[in-house]
Amino acid sequence: MAESITTLTNETFDEVIGSAELPVVVDFWAEWCGPCKMIAPILDEIAVEKAGVISVAKLNVDDAQDVALRYQVMSIPTLIVFKDGEPAKRIVGAKGKQQLLQEIGEVAF
Amino acid sequence: MSTAPMPDALMADEGIRNVIIVGSGPAGLTAAIYSARANLAPLVIEGEPSSTSDQPGGQLMLTTDVENYPGFPDGVMGPELMIKFREQAQRFGAEMLTDKVTRVDLSGPPHGVWVGDPDAPEPTYRAWAVIVSTGAQSLMLGLEAEERLIGHGLSTCATCDGFFFRDQHIAVVGGGDSAMEEATFLTRFASKVTVIHRRDELRASKIMQDRAFANDRIEFLWNNVVLDIHGEEKLTGIEVQNVVTGEASLLDVTGLFIAIGHRPNTDLFERQLKRKENGYLVTEPDSSRTEIEGVFACGDVQDDFYRQAVTAAGSGCMAAIDAERWLESAGHG
Repeated sequence: MAESITTLTNETFDEVIGSAELPVVVDFWAEWCGPCKMIAPILDEIAVEKAGVISVAKLNVDDAQDVALRYQVMSIPTLIVFKDGEPAKRIVGAKGKQQLLQEIGEVAF
Repeated sequence: MSTAPMPDALMADEGIRNVIIVGSGPAGLTAAIYSARANLAPLVIEGEPSSTSDQPGGQLMLTTDVENYPGFPDGVMGPELMIKFREQAQRFGAEMLTDKVTRVDLSGPPHGVWVGDPDAPEPTYRAWAVIVSTGAQSLMLGLEAEERLIGHGLSTCATCDGFFFRDQHIAVVGGGDSAMEEATFLTRFASKVTVIHRRDELRASKIMQDRAFANDRIEFLWNNVVLDIHGEEKLTGIEVQNVVTGEASLLDVTGLFIAIGHRPNTDLFERQLKRKENGYLVTEPDSSRTEIEGVFACGDVQDDFYRQAVTAAGSGCMAAIDAERWLESAGHG
């Protein structure tokens, strides 16, 4: 995982998302989810390439069920782009890099 | 590029690779392990991440415990097994490209393979030998609401999504091994799992049937098909119809998992490679050879009968050996 990627928990979620200056792409994932593993390296790349434009954070749904429940995550991987602390875009399911960049870009850059 | 040195006899011509492998399930990655160890410096175009169609690592990426792959007495998680396959191929110098093939020109050898813009005049890669291992993907129901509700209660991946249906009543549609595996797995979370099947008996293997029948959280709705799925933001119920009586009814579930079978990923090869009526590629008996010189097929894309990880891996090995012998005999590389 790239060093620039933050890990969010039930405890840190509100503070990190609420105080973020850049749009934050939150990756809802779990250890047991194959497609989550497929997109992890792509998100690492995006975090590096778009540093200074967006930030990328990971939220393990096993460890942070409250947050997953609050945002009604029913399928992983789910990516939610937060702008000014509010969800601005939801991307459900694993996708290729170009598609992810395009969908994130619709709201974030 | 590969780090493996190539003997002079196999040194690629300018810009023409020895082997390109299209697809990265058990078949493609086994072909990669064998051809990399044979110093053929294979390029594996492994596909693009997806939760619904073909994807890197193949169908096992959407499964949980694999109990019948030899060498793992305690079972192994599907995604973990495929990550090991991939690492093993990379260890011998297989090059991996996480992208989708958009077009092929099999009028060679050498053959052309495109990634990205399929209308580009020149192929992105050229290779003497192409190993096709694009596998198969889950069939969908073909309902209008499907696209809207996928990931919102409708799922093709029990391992990915089962977790979110804790203490809820959900349904699985299908009657084969995948359906039984999903239903059994989903009882870890759900309070009740209804299996909807269009016949009055299952297609699944005996062991999977026994396991499902013995599970008191699983109930069966025989002779029924899914007519429609309800819900705007998320799935709120499904409409089923009894195919014997014609009677329609509403099933009050919050989730529906689809496991109604597979179709081979052969659209890419239409009008180039010979296909059976059901879409699966045709190979010569006891071989991975196709009708086209230098093109080999292995795994589920050409197997509509066994469709197991271990048979796919076995046929991937055959394809690599067939390709290696063909490259030698044709004096290519």
